[in-house]
Amino acid sequence: MPTAEELKARIEQALPGARVVVEDLTGGGDHFRAEVVSERFDGLSRIDQHKLVYDIFGDEIGGPIHALSIKTSTPGGDR
Amino acid sequence: MTNQEIREFLQNAIAENRVMLFMKGTPDAPRCGFSMRAAAAINAMGVEYAAMDVLPDPRIREELSAISGWPTIPQLFIDGKLIGGCDIVLEMYESGELAEALGVEQPKDAEPIEGPEAPGQSGSAPLGLENRLG
Repeated sequence: MPTAEELKARIEQALPGARVVVEDLTGGGDHFRAEVVSERFDGLSRIDQHKLVYDIFGDEIGGPIHALSIKTSTPGGDR
Repeated sequence: MTNQEIREFLQNAIAENRVMLFMKGTPDAPRCGFSMRAAAAINAMGVEYAAMDVLPDPRIREELSAISGWPTIPQLFIDGKLIGGCDIVLEMYESGELAEALGVEQPKDAEPIEGPEAPGQSGSAPLGLENRLG
């Protein structure tokens, strides 16, 4: 069962320098919400920003991680 | 139906419907809180749209994600292009970008749609209640 800390660590590893907050919404380890602020998102559409985060977890989304709600932004604020 | 036929069916649905929502359940009887909120945002825009339930066959979801490169449900397409899942649809709903993408005025009475907290409860409890009443 994944934990919020584990998800946070994996996002930080994949996107070095990102500010990441992950919440376990239900406490059950299957519905998470991640807020990610990263320079890597600069110039990307919102959909590509979210894909970058989803891609870190691959097939685990919809599997062990039933749902991952994402909010992304860049350090400079909105695009 | 083969996987190839399912994929072609989905591609046609995306091409033929200007606003196409893939969801769990139907707009009247959503089976997941995320799908429920995405449908509610589109309903509030007052546009015609097509919705397809992905639950009847797991291959629908597999093929859809292969087409879109997006791993979760719901998925909203406008003019054949993936707009996003629940989070993006709701962000765009609140910012007025969804109305813009649909070519309509932002409804004046647009109310915030409840956030993604406790999706299991908001999605399944009312359905369970209805079932008991029925």
